[in-house]
Amino acid sequence: MSDTASGRTGNPGERLRRALLIAVPYLWLGLFFLAPFVIVLKISLSDSVLAIPPYTPTLDLSRGWEGVVAMFRAFDLENYVWLTEDDLYWRAYLSSLQIAALSTLLTLLAGYPIAYAMSRAPERWRPILLMLVILPFWTSFLIRVYAWMGILGQNGFLNQLLMGLGLIDSPLVILGTPVAVYIGIVYAYLPFMVLPIFSSLDRLDRSLIEAALDLGCSRLQAFWLVTWPLSRPGIIAGCLLVFIPAVGEFVIPSLLGGSRTLMIGKVLWDEFFANRDWPLASAVAVVLLLILVLPILLFQRHAERQQRRADE
Amino acid sequence: MDTAKAQASASGETAALPPWQDPAAEPLIRLENVTKRFGDFTAIADLSLDIHEGEFFALLGPSGCGKTTLMRMIAGFETPSAGRILLGGEDLVPIPPNRRPVNMMFQSYALFPHLTVADNIAFGLRRAGLPKAEIADRVAEMLRLVQLEKFAHRRPHEISGGQRQRVALARALARRPRILLLDEPLAALDRKLRAATQFELVDIQERLGTTFIIVTHDQEEAMTMATRIAVMDHGRLVQVGTPEEIYEQPNSRYVADFIGEVNLIEGVVTSAERGRLTIEWAEGAAPILTRSDVDAPVGTRVTFAIRPEKIAVSAERPEGLVNAWQGRIEDIGYLGNLSTYHITGPAGMRFKVQSPNRRRIARREFSWEDRVWFAFDETAGLVLTR
Ligand SMILES: Nc1ncnc2c1ncn2[C@@H]1O[C@H](COP(=O)(O)OP(=O)(O)OP(=O)(O)O)[C@@H](O)[C@H]1O
Ligand SMILES: [Mg+2]
Repeated sequence: MSDTASGRTGNPGERLRRALLIAVPYLWLGLFFLAPFVIVLKISLSDSVLAIPPYTPTLDLSRGWEGVVAMFRAFDLENYVWLTEDDLYWRAYLSSLQIAALSTLLTLLAGYPIAYAMSRAPERWRPILLMLVILPFWTSFLIRVYAWMGILGQNGFLNQLLMGLGLIDSPLVILGTPVAVYIGIVYAYLPFMVLPIFSSLDRLDRSLIEAALDLGCSRLQAFWLVTWPLSRPGIIAGCLLVFIPAVGEFVIPSLLGGSRTLMIGKVLWDEFFANRDWPLASAVAVVLLLILVLPILLFQRHAERQQRRADE
Repeated sequence: MDTAKAQASASGETAALPPWQDPAAEPLIRLENVTKRFGDFTAIADLSLDIHEGEFFALLGPSGCGKTTLMRMIAGFETPSAGRILLGGEDLVPIPPNRRPVNMMFQSYALFPHLTVADNIAFGLRRAGLPKAEIADRVAEMLRLVQLEKFAHRRPHEISGGQRQRVALARALARRPRILLLDEPLAALDRKLRAATQFELVDIQERLGTTFIIVTHDQEEAMTMATRIAVMDHGRLVQVGTPEEIYEQPNSRYVADFIGEVNLIEGVVTSAERGRLTIEWAEGAAPILTRSDVDAPVGTRVTFAIRPEKIAVSAERPEGLVNAWQGRIEDIGYLGNLSTYHITGPAGMRFKVQSPNRRRIARREFSWEDRVWFAFDETAGLVLTR
């Protein structure tokens, strides 16, 4: 696409300007995404040793080309093989995906009505409502998660409130269970769900709903046949924004989930800092990345193909 | 176009009377003292109106006078602040829009961007639960009607503005509602397509018996298509009547001025006897002599309205026309078939006069700065007291 577009503008100065313009985001991606990834990939192919840094081989540039060759010779897939042999890892991946998927769904269920209500609120209220959604970001994430420990604990606010109201006799055990993790994730990621959905609903022309009613839809049908499909881009964006970080989430499961919640972020942390096995930890990270990126790429390819088919 | 009017009048109780003149005829839609307020702004003020089955009813009025608001109340998107809307004698107000036998073509089209043209048209039919085959037939028929067969599988953002408008029209028509509300349906069409669509609309109305209520800014459109026209101003009806009545017998300066071109002359009645009025309008100029039924005793301030095409221009004083003055041609507007002369008459009063171009332009009778006579007879104009 960009080739044909730049090919059509013959002016070389223009072409250079265009190339520069395109180069900037690629440079950014290369510097901050690809380079760290290459480093992690390299470490994941290395072996663990008791040294600084705690892996081998390292690149010895004083030996020139030979050093590079020697390094590549020493690479192996041992760590990846290890990941398949201990069931801890795939159980952790699976449980992470499951927790992330369910909490994404819960976030959507909580976030959609909020976004919907915001988009229906009188125009002058909307900036204030948006502010309220973003407000939690003004304090540290860590502190907010700690605050939930205070709320959900045995003697926490929630239990005190429920007992005070006489709804329960003995305190509920929430902290240290997956329920606390779900609550934490839904709470922490709600704005990432609300904002993109709000933006797609806000753009929706209200006369479309009226047209649907006019053509015989009930309110519910109008929502389902018009509002929902037209907010789908926002829903997809919101779900990705919640799901992807939730899979690798470390702080919430380790503070709220206790030892019973198995998530890959915690495993990663333990490998890095408790076991100091950087190569294995890197392998865990690379596999996590593949698990997340591949489905997204496939989804995008599928969406593009559908778009093209619709255009024909 | 006359067919629509003929059909409308034929559907009345007595063939001789059109339904709106027949006191026994039941209106299809009756608005009773309807008022609509937005906050402390009154968009529709105490409006009463009857519209009959099979009518092609046009709403005319300047921007912001409440035409869309009126339609939205009939469609069910706005609730009247006061008054009732009756459909065949039954109160419509508590009925939600999806259960009214009314469809609306929106001023903004409101096409569903995620659906193709064909799916947009089929949308209402699917809700009505028609069998698949019938839906397909109806969609094909509608596409043919608006000449969009080739675009059936495009999305709304992939077609032009005029094509979108036609999709909106087809979508509203597809359900064959008893009342079709059209909010400026033809504004974005070119002249030829507009004429064709006007014809189609009248044709559809004849075939389906749908009652049309149409908002338009185009008077010509209203004149050619409508059985009756309502002229609105600031949320009120100023006049309701057939196109002829509205044009030939406007009840006020406002209507006369709004519909077509008109010369409005302020004056005072100086004699009034047996339906003949003399109106003094300018120092030293011959008064206007006219026939009129209006109750305007001597001394009343009135406005005399005369249409440009009812005034004749000539080089010599014309025989047999009682009102005649001399003036100077200031400007000539050439409209092809017609020419509009701007003539400065007595007391510096500017007159607009229109006459057909009987000769080729190079051999035109008059040109700028010519002194000419302009004249009309005593039945050509109208005396207005409001
Ligand atoms: N929801 C609303 N809230 C407040 N005022 C409104 C609302 N809808 C319409 N109005 C006002 O009511 C008046 C009539 O509006 P309406 O849309 O009916 O005009 P219109 O005759 O259709 O004009 P146009 O020819 O420009 O379409 C306008 O002054 C408008 O500002
Ligand atoms: Mg309008």
